[in-house]
Amino acid sequence: MNNPTLQKKDKTASWLMFGFITAIYAAVVFLELTMNGNHILFTVLKKGAIYSLVAVSMNLLNGFTGLFSLGQAGFMLIGAYTYAVLTMPVEVKLSDSVYRYYDCIVTFDTGLIIALICAGLMAALFAALIGLPVLRLKSDYLAIATLGFAEIIRAFFQWGAMGPITNGANMLRNYLDLGDIKIPFTDIPFPPTTFVFIVAGICIAIIILLINSSYGRAFKAIRDDEIAAEAMGINLFRHKEMSFVISSFFAGVSGALLAMYQFTINAQQFKSALTYEILLIVVIGGIGSISGSVMATFLYVAASEWWLRFLDDPANNILGLTILRSGFRKLVFSIVIMVIVLFFSRGLMGDREISFKGIVDKIRKRKNVKAAAPAEGGEGHE
Amino acid sequence: MTLMLDFLQTNLPYILSGISVGGQYALIAIGYTMVYGILRLINFAHGDVFMCAGLFMIYLSASMPIGVAIPLVLLLTVLLGFCIERVAYKPLRNAPRMSVMISAIGVSYLLQNAALYFTGGLAKVYPKAKLGFLSQRVSIWGADTTMVTIITPFLTILLVIMLTFLIKRTKIGMAMRAVSRDFETSRLMGIRINSVISATFVIGSFLAAIGSLLYFTNYDSVVPTSGAMPGLKCFVAAVFGGIGSIPGAVIGAFIIGICENIIKGGADIFGFGTSWTTFSDAFTFGLLIIILVVKPTGLFGEKSTDKV
Repeated sequence: MNNPTLQKKDKTASWLMFGFITAIYAAVVFLELTMNGNHILFTVLKKGAIYSLVAVSMNLLNGFTGLFSLGQAGFMLIGAYTYAVLTMPVEVKLSDSVYRYYDCIVTFDTGLIIALICAGLMAALFAALIGLPVLRLKSDYLAIATLGFAEIIRAFFQWGAMGPITNGANMLRNYLDLGDIKIPFTDIPFPPTTFVFIVAGICIAIIILLINSSYGRAFKAIRDDEIAAEAMGINLFRHKEMSFVISSFFAGVSGALLAMYQFTINAQQFKSALTYEILLIVVIGGIGSISGSVMATFLYVAASEWWLRFLDDPANNILGLTILRSGFRKLVFSIVIMVIVLFFSRGLMGDREISFKGIVDKIRKRKNVKAAAPAEGGEGHE
Repeated sequence: MTLMLDFLQTNLPYILSGISVGGQYALIAIGYTMVYGILRLINFAHGDVFMCAGLFMIYLSASMPIGVAIPLVLLLTVLLGFCIERVAYKPLRNAPRMSVMISAIGVSYLLQNAALYFTGGLAKVYPKAKLGFLSQRVSIWGADTTMVTIITPFLTILLVIMLTFLIKRTKIGMAMRAVSRDFETSRLMGIRINSVISATFVIGSFLAAIGSLLYFTNYDSVVPTSGAMPGLKCFVAAVFGGIGSIPGAVIGAFIIGICENIIKGGADIFGFGTSWTTFSDAFTFGLLIIILVVKPTGLFGEKSTDKV
């Protein structure tokens, strides 16, 4: 990159991207400070940020390493439980209000950030163990084995013998949730949506850095051709395991965020249906595109939680039809998803990213065309 | 030996229902194994087709005599399986394998949501009373059970024999074997791939419909997610027996059905305590992972080699 003009363009593009992201964050903070916090917009933003983190982590595996894994729900469950158990105050653990049938053996509680990191680490630890046997499998066998492990994890957490830690099949509550976050050293509550955005943003940024590093290039090489990658001297198992563990770490963190968002958690909700939902989001966004996954998540969550709500309301029926009733929204949604899967299999973005460099180039080209047009009689190609 | 006999005697009700559930699983597992054998596709929607057959039965039996309803249920289920293949899998014949699998997951999602919409989210009561013959109570060797428990294994074996005959002795069966051996070559040999694949889905859905008639007589109601877990378990059964192999799928299904019911029964498993009930579903997946790691081709599967 010795070409000074090229470097300059790159710089403009990265400044543009930086500005764009800052603008989004500023908008979120601004909206949160000015609007009523109970507006449906904030539900969408929070849930969107949480889901986009897990969607990006799934994309790291499925889209960038070519490992078709369906275990995301299991790792989210580990993260959610670890977080909830760690942050639940000791008094609550010792009283009967949550652990009614068991005596909790975790006799300490930790801060929020530590618990978030532990949630990721615990998920990563499980992933490292699961990865040892499972990552030797290929394509659909891998998919079904990871799906199986997610089910085993769910059963394990609901097991009576695990009750003193996980409260068995009963739900967990009264841990630190989004309403309990304080701005450090003060008692002022931290704006919850901003918090979720910051955590999810940091995690996604780390994943992007990883993908653009030499490890990321090794992942892509494995995705494109395993045998060729191995011949080039890439240690297949080590890189697959690394991708699997890192992806699970972030799935765990997003599980913890989900727990914070929901106020209560129960292992029942982390069924394979959750994984399928995330997989479909990844497909809509484009397998192998981080920006696609993020956009698709917000679109998906906004459509299902907000924009298409009217489809479920019988009051909106016209012409005396009784089509609109509870469940219609999901039906419409799944038909749309099928159409995307069948006819637009590349999704929103395919495997490209939103490229600010491309936008800058385009604008420049147009400018050049305009500038050159009078002089060269309209033939203004560079 | 006496320990073994004791175990059998105390667990007889669970073993019997295990054999029965195993037979029902076998009928579904055949659909998975045949489709995988030909398309190399895990048909995630198969379990939901099975659930839909249950719902068809509920709706049809409410408005017509059972003798008309049953053939109609079979017909509708077959039609559903056929349409799914034509709409969701056929356009993706040249796409990467993963796209077809994603499409299958999409269909599964669609069927569940459609069922949710049409049932209004309520658990629909299965018309057990109308299938009175199947839910008659009988007693074997001191164990109380229902008629369906006795009928299922025999019906399953009869159907498997008929299916084996179809595959070994008829022209369409020969075409199926050829396609599952080599997709491209059989196309060059003039086999109509599409009709063979459709036939596979028709047979699979037909067996799933029969399986659903037998399966849901043991349960009170059908909900949109009723098919998901049996579907996954039957896929595991197919993998366990060696995917692509029909006898393998049947044996795998019986083993899974029996083990699962013994665990679910809360039996004291050879002195290891009784708190295993939560693991009745997880057991299946544990078995899957063990078989995949130890012998990925399953009990009867053929070994495939990677070509560079």
